[in-house]
Amino acid sequence: MKRLLRGGRVIDPVNGIDGVHDVLIEGDRIAAVGRDLPVNGASVVEIPQGLVVCPGFIDMHVHLREPGQEHKETVASGAAAAVAGGFTAVACMPNTTPVNDDANVTAYILSKAAEAALARVYPIGAVSRGSQGELLADIAELKQAGCVAITDDGHPVKTAMLMRRAMEYAGMFGMPLIEHCEDPSLKGDGVAHEGYVAATLGLRGMPGACEALGVERGVLLSELTGTAFHVAHMSARASLRAVRKGKEAGVRVTCEVAPHHFTLTDEALGSPIPYDTNTKMNPPLREAADRDAMLSGIADGSVDAIATDHAPHHYDEKKVEFDRAPFGIVGLETAVPLSLDRLVHAGLIRLSRLVELLSVNPARILGVAGGSLSAGAPADVTVIAPDLRVRIEAARLRSRSKNTPFDGWELRGGVAATFVGGRPLFVNPETGLAV
Amino acid sequence: MDADRIARTLTRIAHEIVERNKGVDDLALVGVRTRGVHLARRLARTLKEITGDEVPTGALDITLYRDDLMRHAVGPQPLVRRTEIPFSIDDRKILLVDDVLYTGRTTRAALDALIDFGRPRGIQLIVLVDRGHRELPIKADYVGKNLPTSPEESVQVCLQESDNRDEVVLEPGSPPRTPARWGAEGGAA
Amino acid sequence: MSAPAITKVDDIPAITSLRRKDLLGISDLAADEITLVLDTAEAMKEIGSRPIKKVPALRGKTVVNLFFEPSTRTRTSFEIAEKRLSADTLNIAIASSSVIKGETLADTALNIEAMQPDMIVLRHSSSGACHLLSRICRSAIINAGDGMHEHPTQALLDAFTIREHKKRLQGLKVAIVGDLQHSRVLRSNILLLTKMGADVWVCGPPTLIPTDITRSGVRATTRVDEAVADADVIMLLRIQLERMEGAFFPSLREYFNVFGMTEARLRLAKPDVMIMHPGPMNRGVEISSEVADGPYSVILEQVANGVAVRMAVLYLLAGGAEHETAA
Repeated sequence: MKRLLRGGRVIDPVNGIDGVHDVLIEGDRIAAVGRDLPVNGASVVEIPQGLVVCPGFIDMHVHLREPGQEHKETVASGAAAAVAGGFTAVACMPNTTPVNDDANVTAYILSKAAEAALARVYPIGAVSRGSQGELLADIAELKQAGCVAITDDGHPVKTAMLMRRAMEYAGMFGMPLIEHCEDPSLKGDGVAHEGYVAATLGLRGMPGACEALGVERGVLLSELTGTAFHVAHMSARASLRAVRKGKEAGVRVTCEVAPHHFTLTDEALGSPIPYDTNTKMNPPLREAADRDAMLSGIADGSVDAIATDHAPHHYDEKKVEFDRAPFGIVGLETAVPLSLDRLVHAGLIRLSRLVELLSVNPARILGVAGGSLSAGAPADVTVIAPDLRVRIEAARLRSRSKNTPFDGWELRGGVAATFVGGRPLFVNPETGLAV
Repeated sequence: MDADRIARTLTRIAHEIVERNKGVDDLALVGVRTRGVHLARRLARTLKEITGDEVPTGALDITLYRDDLMRHAVGPQPLVRRTEIPFSIDDRKILLVDDVLYTGRTTRAALDALIDFGRPRGIQLIVLVDRGHRELPIKADYVGKNLPTSPEESVQVCLQESDNRDEVVLEPGSPPRTPARWGAEGGAA
Repeated sequence: MSAPAITKVDDIPAITSLRRKDLLGISDLAADEITLVLDTAEAMKEIGSRPIKKVPALRGKTVVNLFFEPSTRTRTSFEIAEKRLSADTLNIAIASSSVIKGETLADTALNIEAMQPDMIVLRHSSSGACHLLSRICRSAIINAGDGMHEHPTQALLDAFTIREHKKRLQGLKVAIVGDLQHSRVLRSNILLLTKMGADVWVCGPPTLIPTDITRSGVRATTRVDEAVADADVIMLLRIQLERMEGAFFPSLREYFNVFGMTEARLRLAKPDVMIMHPGPMNRGVEISSEVADGPYSVILEQVANGVAVRMAVLYLLAGGAEHETAA
């Protein structure tokens, strides 16, 4: 089937394109991108003025919860939330039940993804068996089964020694090690960012240094082993400092920031809803200086990717005392509006940089196809509507879980359509786009 | 009633007290807050002038005994003030003093409060103004003035100690519902 | 929120009700509301000296004391206060094991709420537990201590005790010494005393001073001599043995040597200084026995005043608040 996306502004940084172009899709591949392409029997999709056609967005940090915690989310519901959020692919974390530390679990996840036939799902495998931090998982097997990276996300790799070995070994397959950076002894039983807000609310805190210590460790070990090291959900300015230093020294370190860490600060814990468990995540919402540092890293290129750390939790689990609530919020369906509103419209970055953060770089870091509209690339296309007025409504999220602090937020910027392998899996009629 | 009239009335009541009780032995005055307290103190002074004896005087806050407490879903709480009865009321004849007797509910509350303090030999009620419209079987033993009123009217007793003048005024229309007024009117809606 | 009742007749103060349904913390109270509680507590205190220590004010109202943390002192104080106002009280002490086993705080509270109590007095080990309940329960919620967050009735009775002696709070130098980090009494007291214009100094080892505490309008020092110099009031906070395990300080002996309130240190304060402690005391750790039992200590008065202050709070909240019409 041939489809022509006609007359929209196309931003494809890899190929240096930013302007009005047509995009021809043949089957599940991009056939061509150019001006005034001949129709030749293709089904034409007129791109309304103001919309922007981009290579498909990739969220490289989501928790799909299946197998084992299907009450929170499944691969299918997560994949549906992803396409509604403008993502053509997601990379899912291994802290499921059981942990994704072998080919069976990986295969299970992939089969569920194939069944859903929505966003592409790239599983990330565990570093250690059960993520216990004792013995290495069968990394070659994981790679063969389809994993694109390894991590013990949820917590840091237990010891420097194990991390070194894992990096050396995984380096053999060109897989990056993604790390939840944290010093457990410094974290203690903290539930919030250690600062004035937590002190006032009487909540145990974890300082930014706690995360930065993990980043420093990873940077040094990456230098030692030569393996790519990626900092998951970075939130602290001290971490950014360590990443910058590492990059300057030529170390293969990359990092991602989640939208909530460039939007909110720890003030959200006290207001508008005091002790709102939808403001509890790890790493926590930090003070303004940290949030501003994340914004500056996004602006100056130190930050490589935006990834949501989509962490669905059932309503019952979050309706408890702050101390007892699980960490995490959903993010797939709020990422694009927040990014457009707080980064692009705020004048911090241009749209082409946003495409790098959401598509080009994630594809490159994970070593997966995508990130561009080159001829022959998979026809994964995200069409965004930067001027669309969007109101976040938790109850209407497609994810099974609705744990978001952004309920009721009015933002400027949304998703118009999501194509995966040429198939239009999500279309937003409010944008005037008709497929 | 003007200041002069009030003064003479109180003097007359004081003499009545002495006559009926054959002296002031075992008597004690307890004024109902706020204006009852001022009246009780004036009576105590007059009784001392007449008989030469001190009559113990106390102040009673009946707020926590009101029968209309907690019945208003909306509106300010009546303010609780201190009760000061620095003597035992057991076996005494208590002269309960209030400014206006109306529905009788304030007096009922005062009786309940007093009984919690001890067991007096008897309680007699002194009011400056009786405006009628009793809702409970309460009768004053000493009345300054009987003032027939309609429920739409309001009686305001002003005393030097709290209002900078002595007078009793009858006004058409009910007063605004403020805590001070509740005490004066002695009754709920 | 509608405007408060404003009456200014005689010497009646400007407000006569609290502008709220719950007492979750001092952070929500304005200075005039605090004054109202203290003034009402004065009247309530007198009831404790009557032969019959009871008034019918809360007759027919049901108050549930829901305590998830063991507490003899506070619970008894609330219970006496409730009974003195003729309320029906219900004490529910939840052992922590049943919490771990299953029922969430929210479910426990909703089950109790189904029996229609008028007020729930809650003590819980999690900061913010009272906020959670106030969002889901219709009963008035009174915070009897939530985690490390606030203990508002303690701060109110401390203020009442100070005001009884010093006739005011404004301008007094109040030194608070102890485990500041983990203390809800500290947070409530800082809020109240700064709102009422006192000059507050907090003191403790650096490991136990909360982040950026000076942003709350207090002075912080690790030198106890500096904190208590010319102080009008010294409040000692409890040091828990478990803190040693967190390496907050090396030993109780060392803590006492550096921070403990001794007679020598006491002499640096004003000659009419008040020594206060929310209890229970660790003699020989944060306070020496001589000071605890000495003539400057008002610790037992605090306990007595607790009943009066809690009676005032119960009375002022039981009447219902003006905003309740919006329910």
